[in-house]
Amino acid sequence: MSGQVNPSVWRAPALSWRWWPVFRRNWLVWKKLAIPSLVGNIAEPLMWLVAFGYGMGALVGKVTVDGVQVPYILFLASGSICMSAMNAASFEALYSAFSRMHVQKTWDGIMNAPVNLDDIVMAEMLWAAFKSVFTVTAILGVMLALGISYSPKLLVAWPVLLGVGITFSCVALIFNALAKGYDFFTYYFTLFLTPMMFLSGIFFPLEQLPAVVRDISQWLPLTNAVALVRPLFMDQWPVDWLRPVTVLTLYAVGGFWVALALTRKRFRA
Amino acid sequence: MPESILSVQNLVKRYGDATAVSDLSFAIAPGECLGVIGPNGAGKTTTIRMCLGLTVPDEGTVTAFGLPMPRDALAIKAQLGVVSQMDTLDPDFNCAENLLVYGRYFGMKDAQIRERIPSLLEFASLTSKANAKPGELSGGMKRRLSLARALVNNPRLLLLDEPTTGLDPQARHLMWERLQLLLQQGKSILLTTHFMDEAERLCHRLLVVDHGKKIAEGAPRDLIRQYLEPDVVEVYGSGALALADLPLKALAARVEVSGETVFFYTQDAKPLLQALAAYPALRTLHRPANLEDLFLKLTGRQIREDA
Repeated sequence: MSGQVNPSVWRAPALSWRWWPVFRRNWLVWKKLAIPSLVGNIAEPLMWLVAFGYGMGALVGKVTVDGVQVPYILFLASGSICMSAMNAASFEALYSAFSRMHVQKTWDGIMNAPVNLDDIVMAEMLWAAFKSVFTVTAILGVMLALGISYSPKLLVAWPVLLGVGITFSCVALIFNALAKGYDFFTYYFTLFLTPMMFLSGIFFPLEQLPAVVRDISQWLPLTNAVALVRPLFMDQWPVDWLRPVTVLTLYAVGGFWVALALTRKRFRA
Repeated sequence: MPESILSVQNLVKRYGDATAVSDLSFAIAPGECLGVIGPNGAGKTTTIRMCLGLTVPDEGTVTAFGLPMPRDALAIKAQLGVVSQMDTLDPDFNCAENLLVYGRYFGMKDAQIRERIPSLLEFASLTSKANAKPGELSGGMKRRLSLARALVNNPRLLLLDEPTTGLDPQARHLMWERLQLLLQQGKSILLTTHFMDEAERLCHRLLVVDHGKKIAEGAPRDLIRQYLEPDVVEVYGSGALALADLPLKALAARVEVSGETVFFYTQDAKPLLQALAAYPALRTLHRPANLEDLFLKLTGRQIREDA
């Protein structure tokens, strides 16, 4: 009898339009809870912004970015919106995706229909990115209302932040694939995301960091996200945009690939 | 050879040193209900997973509707309906939404699905529960919703993994009635079950599997005839166990002891029953041999440690 070779989990993603009904499924659930979840999603980042921006801002005054003096609240807002994109995407791709994958067995149900695992992972990735854009949009609206920045280049910042959401969704799905329970995600947040928050030039300029740490920081996805978004808030084009775009793309593509491989492994029983 | 709707050839699946499925072959004809019975851990669910392309077999082939699995997994699944052992209903959606969202996975248009929803809910006796979420449903209702969901794409073949486990008798009977209706409509069914009455009632043909191997195959009545004496006399009560060693034993073709009960398997129960009349303190039950007897004979009466 013909022996069958179990295909490698590292094979290329087999993607099709079939991710779309899975994305719509998440959309339909979320629609029922959108307003309360919106409050939760934007309340915390705004508290940070107001407390730190106005409180610390009064002490700090202006901050120098690439030789330009900007108010601290602008400095902070342009960084913290990247952090919000990161947190929203990570939260959705970890806790929520894990609930659907492991607790509710929603993915198992979907895979009995003509939808393969690759499309489900793709849908979850895009869904988490969408959730992060939704949060970002709401926060941007409040920032406009507060008059923090009126830069027309915010229109460009918006798709850039979608890219940031995609990047962090992809990376988070790796940890989703590895998780045995919700507790596991605490490690990801406290050992990876929280330190990154402080090392990516969100609260204070990178120049404050020791040289070694600064070198490491240059390779963190959040640092590269801030490098793209902050100039746009200042109504400037990022001078060196190619490097951060490349780093973020590498994290996104590499992250998705690894996440998919590990998820395939998880489901290969 | 008649065209089979699902054909499984020499399937083997190993997990490390353990063999979950060993050289298993079977086929389902159009309109047929094939039951797979076996103790926990016999390889039933693994077999279903291989039929779905979710588990890749180490050896052997699965062909459905003339298409090879897993190469044509998506085309095959488009014509399949699956009810898995554990409910995978969406807790955030009501019954109607569960059907709508599931239909979309088959690439169906919303209008097309919405047209089917009332009849699917009616089939599942859930019309009045269209707006209820799974959390508000009883176990039987949930299973019927799972069945309705599996029918959303009007499949030719249904794979049902223990569809009535955990249900009360009323809910089981309603489920059986629905499955019989589906068979009358010409659908084919692959069913795994622990319930011998379910297997006997629904299945045209049975596959008895144990330790991943097929140990018997045939129509339920034929299997009973082939492996068992037609009559069983169960005797229990204090002192019953001693009977197994008395000359009475000679009146039965085979004697089995399980717990406090002695089972006499015989071609003719009359002489045995007359002899047992001498023991008025014992309670006796005379009945025809059934699938449960067959199952226990083939797979043993011991509780499996790993089950």
